[in-house]
Amino acid sequence: MRYAVVDSWIVAKRDLIHWVREPVRVFANLAYPVISVLIFGLVFGSAMNVFGGGDYIEFLLPGMFGQTIAFGVGSTLMMVSMDADRGVTDRFRASPMSQTGVVAGRSIADLVNSSLELLVLALCGLAIGWSFHDGPLNALLAFALFLWLRFALVWVGIYIGLLVKPEAAQASWMFLFPLTMFANTFVSPELMPGWLRVVAEWNPLSSTVAAARELFGNPGVGGDSWAAQNSLLLAVLWPAVFVAIFWPLSVLKYRNLSR
Amino acid sequence: MLAEGLRKRFDRNWALDGFDLAVPTGTVCGLLGPNGAGKTTAVRILATLLRLDGGRAEVAGHDVVREAPAVRRQVALNGQQSTVDDVLTGKENLVMWGRLYHLSKRRAEVRADELLEQFGLTDAADKRAKQYSGGMRRRLDLASSFVMRPSVLFLDEPTTGLDPRNRGEVWREVKRVVGEGTTVLLTTQYLDEADQLADQIVVMDTGRVAAQGTPDQLKSKLGGDRIEVVVRNADELPLVADVLGPDAEVDPDTFRVSAAVADRVAALTRVTSALAARGVEAEDIALRRPTLDDVFLAITGHKAVSEVQA
Repeated sequence: MRYAVVDSWIVAKRDLIHWVREPVRVFANLAYPVISVLIFGLVFGSAMNVFGGGDYIEFLLPGMFGQTIAFGVGSTLMMVSMDADRGVTDRFRASPMSQTGVVAGRSIADLVNSSLELLVLALCGLAIGWSFHDGPLNALLAFALFLWLRFALVWVGIYIGLLVKPEAAQASWMFLFPLTMFANTFVSPELMPGWLRVVAEWNPLSSTVAAARELFGNPGVGGDSWAAQNSLLLAVLWPAVFVAIFWPLSVLKYRNLSR
Repeated sequence: MLAEGLRKRFDRNWALDGFDLAVPTGTVCGLLGPNGAGKTTAVRILATLLRLDGGRAEVAGHDVVREAPAVRRQVALNGQQSTVDDVLTGKENLVMWGRLYHLSKRRAEVRADELLEQFGLTDAADKRAKQYSGGMRRRLDLASSFVMRPSVLFLDEPTTGLDPRNRGEVWREVKRVVGEGTTVLLTTQYLDEADQLADQIVVMDTGRVAAQGTPDQLKSKLGGDRIEVVVRNADELPLVADVLGPDAEVDPDTFRVSAAVADRVAALTRVTSALAARGVEAEDIALRRPTLDDVFLAITGHKAVSEVQA
């Protein structure tokens, strides 16, 4: 058990060293959300309506946090499939190290990475007019909900990463991008056509984003659907469902590498 | 290391179909065979990475299924691809593995320094592995397998993709660790590699053992030494064939005549003087022991296709 902790830290440290030594990747990861905030906030922003009224930048930022978190699943599954492809995973498995350590290390590294992205994005948001209005405690709670979603997505990423080759992992962006847009991230679902509106309202990402808007005191909260009314509850539940499904699946898949 | 009747199925194909192996402690066994013969599958089962569908295997005195954790403490695996982390330095790579093998931080660092020294990487210790040559990376990869002084080392095609000089470096390191008492199971597509390193060679084909023995035994199965004479022009071929005796084989394309000989040196003297007496000026005269390529061809009935692919 003690080794599970030590091993996780060692595996996570390997990733963290990567970021420190190869800052280009970190900048690339950070640049996308920052540029998006500028483009959507400042360029499209003036032409955007927030359903129910309110400032678009205030509405946008929680959505950007959400998109960044969701994109994280792409980098998790990329790293996992690269390790598997290069035989690093085999080496880990043929060693006496704690098998929990491999995946726990992955989660730690990814959570640190995502926290950093959220921080940079928040600073950028504060600079162009976003803010939180219900006190620092609620704001921290909102960030905790994002990281809770991120943690759940780590398991999705591990499972898919063990399933696909790195080339396929790269293509995951094609699916992730629409998934993060068919949500309440950039536009209120109320403004979408009927069927898409249902998809967007029930998108797990929407729940977390809506809950965060509420906690930050940002506009765009509420809606007629049950999902929109209970976003806080769902923001806790959806990730729990992901963990409940993908944790065992990942463990099973990891074991079944020796099928 | 012992394997009895190993069977492993992928979908409908039997990757291993009754594979037997016995490797005495402290020796090198070369698993030789073309792609798809089941070499890697066999290694992965013995290294506890794959479950088996039949048979049983013991490594370092422990059953690979029931006592997998005990096996993992004794073995190290070096796969086909390098597991070296490019961004970390050579030393950091080794320290990481030391820590994952549960050495204390201090011990891991000391051990890393020892290994860098042994594998001739001290000068490059603090360089990122990205800057290493192919041979250096392989050596670093090997070194990382030695963190715990494993009693059994699995080497899966250790020199695939390396140039001759780098291959030589890796061979030297493998020989060194064997000298220190490690048992090695080596898979390779290169016949000369098995010839160089292995005490015992197991030729695999379609999931079973096609032949086994020492390199010399396998070669002598083919009927021993041959003498080869190469001439400058085709007219002289019948003359040479006459000198070499009734079972001489003539290859008109390469101007080459060869025949089996019993007594190497005596045969060479006899042929040289007989050719001189008839005024035949040979381009080349050589005694040749059959190569493992010949062995492979004779045993499996097809060429080692992997050589072409590589």
